[in-house]
Amino acid sequence: MADQHLDREPTDDLDAPVADIEVGLAEPGTVAAAAVTPVPVQVELSRSKRIGVFGWCAIGWLTLVALMALVPGIFPGPGLLERSREAIVAGNFGPQSGHWLGIDNSGYDLMTKTIHGTRASMIVAVSGVGFALIVGGFLGLVAGYFRGKLDTVLTGMFNVMLAFPTLVLALTLVTIFASQPGTSYGRRVMVVSAAIGIVSIPILGRITRANTLVWSEREFVLAAKLLGTKTPRILWRDVLPNVLPAMLQITLLGIGIAIVAEGGLSLLGVGVPASIDSPSWGNLIATLRSQLFLGRPWGVFAPSLAIFLTVLSLNYLGDVIRARFDVRESVL
Amino acid sequence: MSRLATIGRRLGQLIVVLVLVTALNALLFSMLPGDLAEVNIPFGSDAQREALREDLGLNEPVYVQYGRWLGNFVKGDFGSYYRQGNVTPVLERVKSTAPVSIQLMIYAQLLALGLAIPLGIFTARRAGTRADKATNTVAFALLAVPNFVLGLVLAYVVGVQLRWLPPQGYVHLGDNVVDHFRSMAIPSFSLAIGLIATYMRLLRTDLVATLQQDFILMAKSKGISERRVLWRHALRPSSITLITSAGLNVGALIGGALIIEIIFNLDGMGRLIFEAIGERQIVAIQSLVAIVAVGYVIVNFLVDILYAVVDPRIRRG
Repeated sequence: MADQHLDREPTDDLDAPVADIEVGLAEPGTVAAAAVTPVPVQVELSRSKRIGVFGWCAIGWLTLVALMALVPGIFPGPGLLERSREAIVAGNFGPQSGHWLGIDNSGYDLMTKTIHGTRASMIVAVSGVGFALIVGGFLGLVAGYFRGKLDTVLTGMFNVMLAFPTLVLALTLVTIFASQPGTSYGRRVMVVSAAIGIVSIPILGRITRANTLVWSEREFVLAAKLLGTKTPRILWRDVLPNVLPAMLQITLLGIGIAIVAEGGLSLLGVGVPASIDSPSWGNLIATLRSQLFLGRPWGVFAPSLAIFLTVLSLNYLGDVIRARFDVRESVL
Repeated sequence: MSRLATIGRRLGQLIVVLVLVTALNALLFSMLPGDLAEVNIPFGSDAQREALREDLGLNEPVYVQYGRWLGNFVKGDFGSYYRQGNVTPVLERVKSTAPVSIQLMIYAQLLALGLAIPLGIFTARRAGTRADKATNTVAFALLAVPNFVLGLVLAYVVGVQLRWLPPQGYVHLGDNVVDHFRSMAIPSFSLAIGLIATYMRLLRTDLVATLQQDFILMAKSKGISERRVLWRHALRPSSITLITSAGLNVGALIGGALIIEIIFNLDGMGRLIFEAIGERQIVAIQSLVAIVAVGYVIVNFLVDILYAVVDPRIRRG
C-alpha cells in the first residue's frame, strides 16, 4: 500500500476513493464482463467521469488537427507558396485581413504554414508513439506475464534506455542515422519518428508490464489457464483489454510529449528539415524564432498556439481516461 | 544489513549502469553509416584521417574501440574537435560550458520547488474551493506549454517589449552577480514552469491525504496554529512523492536546458551539442552525449540516497 501511495499521480477529484482498484475483486460479474469484452471503451459514463464540455472541445480540436494533417488544402487562405509583397512593403507582419495570424519575414502566410506543418508534426508524433505502443506494449505484456529471466532482461533493457535523458537519446539517434549531408526528406522524417518511437518504448513497456503484473494474477486469468486456454489467447483476450486503458492514457500523453519533442529536436537542428514547402510546427518555431527578437513574434505565435492546444487536448483526454478507468501510473 | 553495505551494493549497481549506458552509446555511434574519419574531417588530408583512425582504433572491433574510449573518458580525455588545420580538446569547451548548464538546472529546480511548495500548501488547505480549482486549472494548462514556447513568449514580452530583462545572452556569476541573475531569470523560469505545475499537483494530492490523518487532528486539537501544522507536521510526510518526482524530472530538465540554452544564447552544453551537430563533430558528440547521460545517472543515484535520508521507512526496506 505504501508503494502505491508513492506512485500515485495527482487526481483532480478529491472524492475518488482509494479503494477503487479493488472494485473488480468485489464484483466477479464486472470482471467476467471485462474479460469477455475485448475493449470496454463504450461503457456508460458516470456523472463525475463524463467527457464534459472541455472534453468535447478537445475532441473537436483534435478532429480539426486530423483534417489539417490529412487535407490541408481545404482550409481557406493563401496557398503555401503565395507571398504577399504588399504587406512586406507596408512593414505589416501582424494579423491583418487576408492573413489572420500574420506573415513571416518573406511574406508567406503563417496560418497556412501552420496548417501545412500539421502533417509532418503528426506523422512524427503519431507514428513514433504508435510504434512504441506496439513494440513497448508487446515487450511489457510478455515481461509482466511470464516474469522470470525474460522479465529481468527486458526490465534491465528498459532501465538502461531510461538512463539516457530522452531528448538526448533521440538527438543521438537522428545525428547518427540521418544527419549526413544529402539525407532525403523522407529518410530524415522516418528516422526522427523512429527516434521518438525508440525513446518511448521503455516508457510504454514499463507501464504495460506493471499493469500486466497485477492483472495476470487475477482469478479469471487463473481460470483461463486451468481451462487450458492457450497463452496467446489469454494475453489477447484476458490481460490486454484490462491493461489497455493505462496504455491508452500514456499513449495520449506520449503523443503530446512527442509533438513537443519534435519542436525541441528542430531547435537543436535535428528535427524535420525546414524548407519552404515542408513546414512542421517545430521547424517553423526554430526558423522563425530569430524574428521574435526583431520585434515580430507572429512566426512563433501561430505554431506555438497549435502545439499548445493539441498538447492540452491530449493531456485532458488522457486525464479523462485515467479518471474513468482509475489507471495508476505505476502499479508496482 | 548495515547502511554501508547497502550503499556499497548501490554503488556497484551504479557502475554497472554507467558501463551499460556508455557501451550502448558507443554501440550506437559505431553504427554511423560511412567512414567516421571521412565524416568527421571532410576537408582534412589523408594523413589527418589516418591519424584519427589510429587514435580511435577504427580498424579494430567495436569492443576494443569502446575499451579504449572508456579508458580515455574516465581520465577526462573526451576526444577532440577536428577543424581545418587545428585539433582542440573537447574537455576545454566542456569545462567552460558545463557550469552554465548546471547553474540553469539548479536555478530552475530551486525556483520550481520554491514556488510549488507554497502553492501546493495553499491549494491543499483550500481543497475543493474555487481558489483551489482555479489554481489547478491554470497548472493543468501550464503543463501543456512547452518550455521553449514559454521561453520565447517571455523573451518577447519581458525582454523585447517591456525591456525589463535582457532577452538573450549570459553573464558570468563572477563578472557581475546582479547581471548574472538578470540574464538567467527568464531562462530559469521558462525551464521551471512545467515543473512548478507538476510538483504543485503532486504535493497538493499528498497533503490532502496527510491532512486527513489522525496525527494532524491531534496536532490541531493541541491548539497548534494551522500554519505550523501545515509546514512542520504535514509537509515532511507528504514530500516523498515530490522528491521522487524532482529526481525523475532531472532527465526532462536536462533536455529542456539544452533547448533553452539555444533559445537564449547561453553558452552551455546544449549550445555545444548544437554546434557539434552542425559541424558534424561525431567524436565530440559521442563524448558530450556520454557526459550528459553519465551526469543524469549519477543525479538519479544521489536522489535515491536522498530519499533514504528523508524517509526512514525506505531506509529500513
